[in-house]
Amino acid sequence: MIRQGGKPDVPSVLIALLMAGPVVAGLAGTALPAFGYLPVLGFETFSLQPFQALFAEPGLATSAWISFSTGLVASVLSLAIVLVFMAGWYGTRTFGRVSRFLSPILSIPHAAAAIGLAFLIAPSGFFVRLLSPWMTGWDRPPDLLILNDPDGFAMTLGLVAKEVPFLFLMTLAAMNRPHLGAYFKAGATLGYGRMATFFLIILPQIYPLVRLPMLAVIAYATSVVDVAEILGPTTPRPLAPQLIVWMNDPDLSMRLMASAGALLQLTISALAITFYLVLEKFAGIAFKSSALTGKRFRQDRNGQIASLLPMLLILVLMALSTGLLVLWSVAKSWWFPAAFPQVLSIDRAVNAVLMAGPALSATLTLALLSGVFATALTLWLLEARGFRKKRDSKKLKMLIFLPLLLPQIGFLFGLQMLFLATGLGGTLTSVLLSHLIFVFPYAFLALSDPWNRLDPRYEKAAASLGISRSMIFWKIQLPLLLRPVLVTLAVCIAISVGQYLPTLMIGGGRIETVTTESVALASGGNRQYAALYGLLQLLVPLAGFTLAALIPNLVHRNRSALQMRG
Amino acid sequence: MIRTITIRLALLVAMLVPGAVHGQEAEWQSVLNAARGQTVYFHAWGGEPRINAYIQWAAREVERDHGVRVVHVKVSDTANVVSQVLAEKSVGKATGGSVDLVWINGENFASMKTNELLAEPGWATTLPNWDYVDVENKPTVVMDFTVPTDGQESPWGMAKLVFIHDGARLAEPPASLEELLDFAKANPGRFAYPQPPNFFGTTFLKQVLVSLAPDASALENPYDMTIAAETFGPLFGYLDELHPHLWRRGKAFPKDASQMRQLLADGELDIAFSFNPGDAAGAIANGELPPSVRTFVLDGGTIGNTHFVALPFNSSSQEGAKIFANFLLSPMAQTRKQEPEIWGDPTVLNVGALPAHEKALFEALDLGAATLKPENLGPVLPEPHPSWVGALEEAWKDRYGASGG
Repeated sequence: MIRQGGKPDVPSVLIALLMAGPVVAGLAGTALPAFGYLPVLGFETFSLQPFQALFAEPGLATSAWISFSTGLVASVLSLAIVLVFMAGWYGTRTFGRVSRFLSPILSIPHAAAAIGLAFLIAPSGFFVRLLSPWMTGWDRPPDLLILNDPDGFAMTLGLVAKEVPFLFLMTLAAMNRPHLGAYFKAGATLGYGRMATFFLIILPQIYPLVRLPMLAVIAYATSVVDVAEILGPTTPRPLAPQLIVWMNDPDLSMRLMASAGALLQLTISALAITFYLVLEKFAGIAFKSSALTGKRFRQDRNGQIASLLPMLLILVLMALSTGLLVLWSVAKSWWFPAAFPQVLSIDRAVNAVLMAGPALSATLTLALLSGVFATALTLWLLEARGFRKKRDSKKLKMLIFLPLLLPQIGFLFGLQMLFLATGLGGTLTSVLLSHLIFVFPYAFLALSDPWNRLDPRYEKAAASLGISRSMIFWKIQLPLLLRPVLVTLAVCIAISVGQYLPTLMIGGGRIETVTTESVALASGGNRQYAALYGLLQLLVPLAGFTLAALIPNLVHRNRSALQMRG
Repeated sequence: MIRTITIRLALLVAMLVPGAVHGQEAEWQSVLNAARGQTVYFHAWGGEPRINAYIQWAAREVERDHGVRVVHVKVSDTANVVSQVLAEKSVGKATGGSVDLVWINGENFASMKTNELLAEPGWATTLPNWDYVDVENKPTVVMDFTVPTDGQESPWGMAKLVFIHDGARLAEPPASLEELLDFAKANPGRFAYPQPPNFFGTTFLKQVLVSLAPDASALENPYDMTIAAETFGPLFGYLDELHPHLWRRGKAFPKDASQMRQLLADGELDIAFSFNPGDAAGAIANGELPPSVRTFVLDGGTIGNTHFVALPFNSSSQEGAKIFANFLLSPMAQTRKQEPEIWGDPTVLNVGALPAHEKALFEALDLGAATLKPENLGPVLPEPHPSWVGALEEAWKDRYGASGG
């Protein structure tokens, strides 16, 4: 084999720059204004004034508390639901069915899921309509505070419904390792119940792989904007959406305060993560001491059933929400308490799709370009590192995941200022770049495992026949990995479509995607349009995943070993 | 001597006037020529699909007739646009700004004017269709929230606060603020207003403020901190009494007028309001509200104003933007705008003074059963000076917006 000893590892350096560069620059761009320094807008002296203004804002403590509590509770709850379900049902037929349903839910963008959920649980929503007036006696919607409640319950529910599928698939990927069946058997042989086996024997092995996604979930949930806009409280708002309001205030000095607020947001997310790590430590101790007692927990039938319920609830909620998006998108008139629209009309749907043309094409352009770039970069990185036998490097991994572990708002403020100063703000290129920061980590997450699992003997055999490195890649590795590569592309598309904050902030309102449109419409009044945009938002990733499933079967139609089984 | 000078002057004027008219035409022709091929980024609130569709129609018309491409940038709050232009000015971007035309009025206009973010004064009155604007009977077309427009914005439509109720559920709507309060007490949870600083929520606050303030004339002058407490006193007294009976007990608020309309359609609310007297009729025609919905106003009048389009100082497509503004003022665009199914927004033109053909367009309009006749719309209460609005919104937030319920 050819050695490339002294040359610098170009892909690793490039990717480190691409990932860490914008984050570090963005953080600096946020931190300086927070201390009063923003020369482009004429603020040239350092001071603590922005922080003083921030802490004098009425309701700041409540805002911060809502962000911390809803984010942390939603994340921990989601993980608990996933792990308990894994423990109770892994390997059963029910498990297979549930996981088939959960994967498409992952492709529903947060905003669309929140809109659908709002249709479902509002006092004038589908649930109440279904039971009214025959059971509830309500011929008018009850005056119940369900959506936008000051404690953020609705928002927490919305976050859980979206984070459970994500954590589930991450855990499932972690479970994809050899000899797991043997551990389950060993546990059973020793007389442990199914759930005890999972928590005492399996979980300690797979947890390290679940941890990073979990921390990303906490960072995201404590700083979410779109879900909070649709389901969250407004008196006051959670911190992150409140920061957006300040950032857009015509009084430019408010931007300094907003930057100080972004640093507070970083602190809150960091606190939530720290709190979780402490929680994790205690959970670890509890499991360990429970293992040491030798208790077998043989009777866990009830626990198993209980573990299924929340998962089913989420499946039902999400399925109904999606169904409601479809129904509302063709409902011209649908008045309470009717459980089905009075007047259906496809005209406006068609009209709206035509009007959505520019937003849709911007969405597709961003999704496809960021998907292709991220996937190609990942492949380049993996190929180069694989060749240099650097299969695993913790530092690089941390760098890649850095954008996911920080609240977006913390460095997007700074990035926005940088783009503004360079005159790149509001262009498709700058939005694409900002999408790439968030899309790339998922591409790496989705592709590195299949790549590393690829049998190295193919490569060796080819090399021993004297085939060049690039030929090995194009003729052997890529075709073998066609399915995971396409799935990665579909994941990238889904992530890019879901990006609300980067599009809004870096695009400066000029770059409109179906996601920014649907959040704007969801907070407006017309449900039909909100539903339509929510649906468009969902159809793009769904189309991606469908193609990713179909194309390999078509390409490999005469390669039975490469066909999808089952 | 003096007489001869006067005569000479008169002669001079007589000679110049036709020439002046001719000069204006030539000037407009040069605007038309320069505009061809320009792209106008029109930043306008985008929360109402009907209005968005109207803007798209208007954009198609000017593209076809004048070769000007208009892109509707949908904004959720016009204050963001002000902030964007201000940021551009701060970084020294004197040309090639991202905003070419903005839908605006009130405190946003005042803010752009004081920060010198607007194009040079007077352009609006040079538009050919300016001649039809009803300056005489609609004083707000040149006085935006008591601030003189100085021709820096071109009027687009008239707004007046009207309340909407479903006649099938509520036969006798309240006729005054006191009756509205009584209604809310008797029917808890059936009235709401959008959360300020949303435009419509603030408008409701202003309606109560102007109606109840001990000295309403003080509101025509800039904000005065020394009388703020006594001026706001009756308003907050009223709201303190009202809030426990609001929808969701005032712990959550509708986001804007269109959500309020949706809630009325759902039966969550009995009374909604709008700034567009034709809104209810339009929503009925669209199937968004049931046909039994009607419009009403309060005794003593409701807040009314005009909304405009304005040109930022750093737009590179000023000619194209002027052409679009002129098109929006044309009798054809104004009648279409007033049709309930399209938008239902009242015209800024003096219909009586229009040429016969254009006049007939307006006379043929069917405003629908849910729209009040112009004579039944009641008196127009003037907007307070914009500087009061910020203080009002701050005071509201301190009192109700940050309590966590």
